[in-house]
Amino acid sequence: MRADRALRVLGAFALVGMVATVWLGLFVTPNAVGYADGTVRLLYIHPPLAWVMFIAYGMATISSLLYLWPRTRHARFDRLAGASAEVGVVFTGLTLVSGSIWGRTTWGVYWAWDPLLTTTALLFVLYLGYLALRNVPGDPDTVARRSAIAGLVAFLDVPIVFFAVSWWRSLHQGPTIDLATRHSYVHGSMAWTLLLGFVSFTLTYVWLMVHRYRLAVLRERESDEGLENALADRWAEAVR
Amino acid sequence: MWRDALLVCGKDLRIELRAKIGLNQVAPFAATVLLLFGLALGPNRQALQPAAAALFWIAVLLSVVLAVQRSFAVESADSARDGLRLSGLDPAGIFLGKGAAIVTQLLVLEALLTVGVALLFGAQLSDGLVLLAACVTASIGLGAVGVTYGVLSSGVRVKETLLPLLLLPVAAPVLLGATKAWDEALAGTPGQAGVWLSLLAVFAVLYVAVGTVAFGPLLEGA
Repeated sequence: MRADRALRVLGAFALVGMVATVWLGLFVTPNAVGYADGTVRLLYIHPPLAWVMFIAYGMATISSLLYLWPRTRHARFDRLAGASAEVGVVFTGLTLVSGSIWGRTTWGVYWAWDPLLTTTALLFVLYLGYLALRNVPGDPDTVARRSAIAGLVAFLDVPIVFFAVSWWRSLHQGPTIDLATRHSYVHGSMAWTLLLGFVSFTLTYVWLMVHRYRLAVLRERESDEGLENALADRWAEAVR
Repeated sequence: MWRDALLVCGKDLRIELRAKIGLNQVAPFAATVLLLFGLALGPNRQALQPAAAALFWIAVLLSVVLAVQRSFAVESADSARDGLRLSGLDPAGIFLGKGAAIVTQLLVLEALLTVGVALLFGAQLSDGLVLLAACVTASIGLGAVGVTYGVLSSGVRVKETLLPLLLLPVAAPVLLGATKAWDEALAGTPGQAGVWLSLLAVFAVLYVAVGTVAFGPLLEGA
């Protein structure tokens, strides 16, 4: 029960942090010169979303490796990989959406074939495939093993895609929009708000992932005990 | 391992030669895709010629899905997969053999499609060496990921829909590299294809290595 309370406290911190980020981002921080009205405020959520995406996929990959390593093989790493990847996909979707809104107001287009954007979009479909594979029912050990391998195969693709798309752009187009430049505008209250954004989004990730992990445990228990319970029910009916 | 690979490759190719699924279904499918691209883009040669490399490789990519499905459909009939598992063949050898069979089929298909893009889209096939190098390296990469995901999804009931979803995003760098290498060769600047060929080679080496290691555990669980 202590774990329950800790999780609730964590959730409360995440919520407070999120509300504070929104309040600071929308009402306290100044509007930056050179940006369309108000779009700079996306700065406080877009990089934290992308950051969470990276730690979520990193966590999923490390868990997959730990599962495949014979000495550390345990069902908990499989659950952890699944939970983390699922939260990662949600945050990838949010990263793409917030990035598109930013792009529309700043660059005039919803989508540019920039290496980071293209890699993120491919990450999204790669891990959608991974989740689809995870959801295919089967023997738990088999599902865990093939999911772990598929997760690694997908993750290995990410750097190749990134370099490929970088060359693809650099060889045939002028310099693309440098996503890093906007960070040079960050200082003062903006920097603190951004930092708070990173912290509260990370807390939200942990909170969501732990809940997703517990759901996986409950599902496993349901499938283990479901048959026994159903049999017991039938027996009880017959005896009556 | 290499002897096992040769055995499995020979077996798969012999089945293909006898059943002619590749010749009667996959190759006509790829030709249909090319024709449909031509219809969708219109009869204008100025529009078709620059797109020839892209359309060629999209057609190859779609055909890989069919070739891989076919390669594992052969193993699922009459519980042949259990036979394969009990045969005592080295799993790495089975992986390399099945991969080599798919690569061989892909190369034949690519030869046919090359004639197709030359005829239909008016692609100028100069610098055949670069075109061939791209075909070989790309096919090895596609064969390796294809067989890895093929065995991974072969045991599940929804494999028809699952395999393309898993395979096509991972194959995206191959599509990019092969298309660009072909673009450079067709545009008469083969010197710039080197970076793309090396990308294809890196992809091929990486996924052959991963598949060789991962195939055994995946076959056990399939």
